[in-house]
Amino acid sequence: MQGNDMQAGQSGSGRPTPSARPIISIRGLRKMYGSFCALSGIDLDVAEGEVVVLLGPSGSGKSTLIRCINLLETYDAGTVVVDEVAVRPGPNLAAVRSEVGMVFQSFNLFPHMTVLRNVALAPIRVRKLAPKAAEDRAMELLTRVGIAEQAGKFPGQLSGGQQQRVAIARALAMEPRILLFDEPTSALDPEMVGEVLDVMQSLARTGVTMLVVTHEMGFARRVADRVIFMERGQIVEEAKPDAFFSAPREERARAFLQAVLNH
Amino acid sequence: MDLIDTFFNGRVLWESLPLLLMGLGTTLTLGILSIVLGLVGGLVLALLRLYGPPALSGLWVLYIDLFRAIPILVLLVIVYYALPFVGLRLSPFASATTALSLVSAAYSAEILRAGIQAIPRGQFEASQALGLSYWSMMGDIVLPQAVRIVIPPMTSNCINVMKDTALASVVAMPDLLKQATQAQALAANPTPLIGAAAMYVLLLLPMVRAVGTLEKHFARERR
Repeated sequence: MQGNDMQAGQSGSGRPTPSARPIISIRGLRKMYGSFCALSGIDLDVAEGEVVVLLGPSGSGKSTLIRCINLLETYDAGTVVVDEVAVRPGPNLAAVRSEVGMVFQSFNLFPHMTVLRNVALAPIRVRKLAPKAAEDRAMELLTRVGIAEQAGKFPGQLSGGQQQRVAIARALAMEPRILLFDEPTSALDPEMVGEVLDVMQSLARTGVTMLVVTHEMGFARRVADRVIFMERGQIVEEAKPDAFFSAPREERARAFLQAVLNH
Repeated sequence: MDLIDTFFNGRVLWESLPLLLMGLGTTLTLGILSIVLGLVGGLVLALLRLYGPPALSGLWVLYIDLFRAIPILVLLVIVYYALPFVGLRLSPFASATTALSLVSAAYSAEILRAGIQAIPRGQFEASQALGLSYWSMMGDIVLPQAVRIVIPPMTSNCINVMKDTALASVVAMPDLLKQATQAQALAANPTPLIGAAAMYVLLLLPMVRAVGTLEKHFARERR
């Protein structure tokens, strides 16, 4: 449904093939919470346009990993390079962050602003867009995620699924080259999961690089270019989704899949 | 009849009215100025305490605690009577403004800090993830939400500052209370005092009522 307008202009040729150049490059990333090791030496390259789904039991470090990419989480050792710029505290940070959109589990919309203002604010403040232009663009994005008619409402008046779609539009408004999804459907009622996944699936076809932490196995299987399985702060297995879901190499990945698929 | 002539003497009230109104003007000027200065100081203090250099945060906490602990009257007397010994001679009005603002800033800082800390972390994270600058994050996202939370306690604080302006009569400032006591001495009748009390109540009662209404309003608004 909403996905169809998004594919327009791509003439149905499917998603562009990921290029070889890594847009995200992570080396030796370590993160401690006190004595608990959240990430123990992660190395990861993500190609431009690639859709990577991170799977694993809770507490395995998936969310922490993607939160390190825009430095919402600080880390103890290692490097994160986004589009050849090292992500570190300092004057460049906001610029890097504006290239990396993020969608949160709990939406985190701004409750005191209308839906339209939520989407238009960052382009006005960060990209210095004229308010009128930003609002026109916001309206386009809201149409794209199928909630244009809600533009004048406040987030509290929307359903969870609608709020999350606004959050996706808000992230898209900055025209990011990378989108991070931190369990975007985990806080939703089951009947609203589909509408959000549909939007994400159609986004994946636009060539934006996506890192998705999720427990939606069907989405991972259908949409991912690569599945990464994490446990205890380490990447245990990386594979194409077909290979991963039909025949995971690692015992721990097998056990995890068995647990989540057979319930 | 005697009681009415003593406490509610119309003629005495009428004759002392110009004096009382002058006092009311001084009280309002002092109160509003102290409230504004206290708000500005409180905002700066709250931001410094929350986001300033950690090495200095003890300093702001010390200020905030000290000026909430000291009785305003004591502070006022120190500013007016003690500071001249170190060469700092302030007028009664300036002394009162200083004392009231210093204390109000401490209370405002605590109220604002609580308001800012009540904003969920996700609001900060969403702002940062969008690449908003610190000032945009505070000005567009955090403070507008914090203001809604702090309006009722902030209004209470304003009421307190307004009431505490009466202490300024101790340092011979011609505020409403001082003018009323003078008019009382002149007329040898306490009616001006009653008139002053009525003016305080008429001024502050709507604000007191507003606190309750606002609290109810915001309680309903929060999902």
